[in-house]
Amino acid sequence: MVKKIDINALIENMAESISSHCNTKGYKNPLMIGIQRGGVWVATQLHQKLKFDDSLGELNIAFYRDDFSKIGMHPEVRPSKLSTDLDNRHIILVDDVLHTGRTIRAAMNEIFDYGRPASISLAILIERSGRELPIHADMIGKTITLKAGEHAKLSGPEPLVLEIIKSG
Amino acid sequence: MRVLIKNGKLLDPSSKLDQTQDLFIAGNKIVSLNKKPDGFNPDLVINAKDKIVLPGLIDLCARLREPGSEKKGNFDSELFAANSSGITSVSMPPDTKPVIDTPAVVEFIHQRARETNRANIYPLGALTHQLKGEQLAEMYLLKEAGCIGVSNALSTIKNTEVLRRAFEYAKSCDLTVFIYAEDEKISNNGVAHEGAISTRLGLPAIPETAETIAISRALLLIEQTNVRAHFCHLSSARAVDLIRTAKKNGINVTTDASICNLHLTDMDIADYDSNCHLKPPLRSERDRVGLIEGICDETISAVCSDHQPHEVNAKSAPFSITESGASTIEHLLPLMLHLVNRKEIKLNRAISALTSEPAKILGIDKGVIEKNKNADLCIYAPNSNINVDKNHLLSSGKNTPFNGWELQGKVTHTLLNGKVVFSID
Amino acid sequence: MTGNNIQLDKNGNLKHFLSIEGLSQQLLHTILNYAESFATVDKRPVKKVPLLRGKTIANLFFEPSTRTRTTFELAAKRLSADILNLNISTSATSKGEILSDTLRTLEAMHCDMFVVRHANSGAAHYITSQVAPHISVINAGDGRHEHPTQAMLDMFTIKQYKKDFSKLSVAIVGDILHSRVARSEIHALNTLGVNEVRIIGPHTLIPKEIEKLGVHVYHDMNSGLKDVDVVVMLRLQRERMRGALLPSENEYFKRYGLTNQRLKHAKDDAIVMHPGPINRGVEIDSDVADGEHSVILQQVSHGIAIRMAIMAMVMGQINKNENKEKKK
Repeated sequence: MVKKIDINALIENMAESISSHCNTKGYKNPLMIGIQRGGVWVATQLHQKLKFDDSLGELNIAFYRDDFSKIGMHPEVRPSKLSTDLDNRHIILVDDVLHTGRTIRAAMNEIFDYGRPASISLAILIERSGRELPIHADMIGKTITLKAGEHAKLSGPEPLVLEIIKSG
Repeated sequence: MRVLIKNGKLLDPSSKLDQTQDLFIAGNKIVSLNKKPDGFNPDLVINAKDKIVLPGLIDLCARLREPGSEKKGNFDSELFAANSSGITSVSMPPDTKPVIDTPAVVEFIHQRARETNRANIYPLGALTHQLKGEQLAEMYLLKEAGCIGVSNALSTIKNTEVLRRAFEYAKSCDLTVFIYAEDEKISNNGVAHEGAISTRLGLPAIPETAETIAISRALLLIEQTNVRAHFCHLSSARAVDLIRTAKKNGINVTTDASICNLHLTDMDIADYDSNCHLKPPLRSERDRVGLIEGICDETISAVCSDHQPHEVNAKSAPFSITESGASTIEHLLPLMLHLVNRKEIKLNRAISALTSEPAKILGIDKGVIEKNKNADLCIYAPNSNINVDKNHLLSSGKNTPFNGWELQGKVTHTLLNGKVVFSID
Repeated sequence: MTGNNIQLDKNGNLKHFLSIEGLSQQLLHTILNYAESFATVDKRPVKKVPLLRGKTIANLFFEPSTRTRTTFELAAKRLSADILNLNISTSATSKGEILSDTLRTLEAMHCDMFVVRHANSGAAHYITSQVAPHISVINAGDGRHEHPTQAMLDMFTIKQYKKDFSKLSVAIVGDILHSRVARSEIHALNTLGVNEVRIIGPHTLIPKEIEKLGVHVYHDMNSGLKDVDVVVMLRLQRERMRGALLPSENEYFKRYGLTNQRLKHAKDDAIVMHPGPINRGVEIDSDVADGEHSVILQQVSHGIAIRMAIMAMVMGQINKNENKEKKK
């Protein structure tokens, strides 16, 4: 069983949250970084709407995952693309789904190997339960509750489609 | 002791014997075939029903590792392994430590042969002193001590003049020279046949010409000196051609092939299997077929095991730095029979290659089943299965390239001089 | 025939890296793809990723080498692994003994991977057959047989400049007979589906029946280089003169040296590669080595990324199996 979610509305939602967040915090020139692949798809649309100065950064966390021992090399590996010096920048980190929090931890470890940002705020399209680490999102498109056997899946980049899929 | 072998099929191609008959032994001799002698009461009856009785096999070349290389094997282990394949006579090359170039070493070997009492041992003496290829060995004294021939073992005699003189001198002693033909400069420390396999595996290569050039040189000297000569372990089809032509031209030569080269080729090296590191090397399929043809048309008269047992470390290293040689003696007969089963060689030819032909080459009165000859015999069950398992070889050397092979022809009894030296019960 | 079973685990994943022969086109492309990502690590302020943190890698070099050994060392360190460097002399008393003793000792020190360079063909296969099952082995060059990591970094270099392998004509020039790099490259180029692989060299330095590996043999530089896209020059060692294989370096250069004049026969945008170290004026003219067609220096920089990719792939699989066993 598959249930579609209206993604455009969520992205509008997120764009507003991010704008407001930056204003409140006084972040004049934030840097947006999307986590491959879903986070990059979402961030691309956000980046278009928000018109930040710097180009969108892309992060591939394959080499920072904590499950390398269990699953070996991740099949989808493309180079990270961070074109700017990160020191003292305010980073808006974007991902599609926040679940256990391990992806975000890996992303933060990788960012700190690139430089020392002034801050990192997390913008998430879908937040669901199941956190295994003390990670929280600052800006959320939608919070959803999933039943057993369900998971959220984003496909893209064109068109961007979000589905809740029940397996079994 | 009186022994009766009952109901066996007696097979001796040289005597044209191919009959199911009883065989009567008294003392160390065959006293009768088929007809029971008067008053013959056997002390031992061997039931050879559905089995074949052959003359005890003669292995033209096996290394028993004494004196000097006891960590690789000894007379007891290796001759027991030999008996399990029906072998009752063994010729050993002179490259022991010390080299068989003094009567004392020959005497030592004879003594060990008597102590072990499992086979007739025929040591070959060295052609040159210490096998160095410079000075002639004391061939006459070696013959007196009991050597039935002289050989250069695996060493090349670089100086052609020395080779000529060695042949002349051997002729004057009425000794057969057993020549292993290899030009070591051309071999150039190679370890595999020069071809697609050595190229792919990056192994230093031995071209065919290392053998054919050495054979050609030796043939011309044999012609010149008229010495009786035997070429050991041919490996290439071209070499067989050279010998065939020489024989047609009336040159008095015989040759043998090693059992490994009749079954295996350089492809069997596969992932650097050091059990296939042999000298002469395993060559191509074309060469293997050429050797088989040589046996069928009698250009190659005999087949030997070229048995070289090694301790584990000698074979446990990257291919080029392992020692060459395979442990084959206990599978000589089954491997020959395998060629018969695959219809590559006829049974009679296979048997004569292991019995009467080696006897002629060595000049010994063995290898036949005849009244009043020594009772050196082997009995085997033609349809019995053998699974070659390197962990359970009787030889000290577990370096067999035939591990896992399914063969037939288990020897059930071997007799030397009328005495049972091996039986499976 | 060779390489297949021993390099791959039962799921067909890379467990050891011993030879290009036996690996599929897909696997080679995977290595090249990973290497692209690993190449970015070098450009960061922190030149490290934590992928192999806590793992110990031993460099077993039975043949001396500075260049290859240091690139493996750097690759291991960039993956956050610990590295042990062991330069073992081959002038040992009993050949096989020393080798297996060394391996036992290293296993006792809980090494996870051996990078091996040895003077004998088949040494990497031998070592792999001797080590405990959880240890992975990478061949850094065995005798004349293969130097698979070099071939991969050369393929990576070709990919950077030429993109599409299928249309390429590649010439390998020099002492093919003694070259493990040549053998690995021939396998790699053919597996990746290049249009043509050519071998150019004097008769004395071309091994018998090499055509069976899928190459065209040339003995003349001008015809051999005609319209090629990539020229790989091999190093000529001094010993070849003493072994009655060649009369002199001078004559070799005259017949087989790569000069700008000769290079004109190749395509205008041909690239020139060399596994190094180069012998200026023997196999390659200085003008060419330093010229616009040469990508020799770029090859060196690719060596680290490729070795990182291979080490990570190989270790990843080993751990997979280990964890499965623990669960039982």
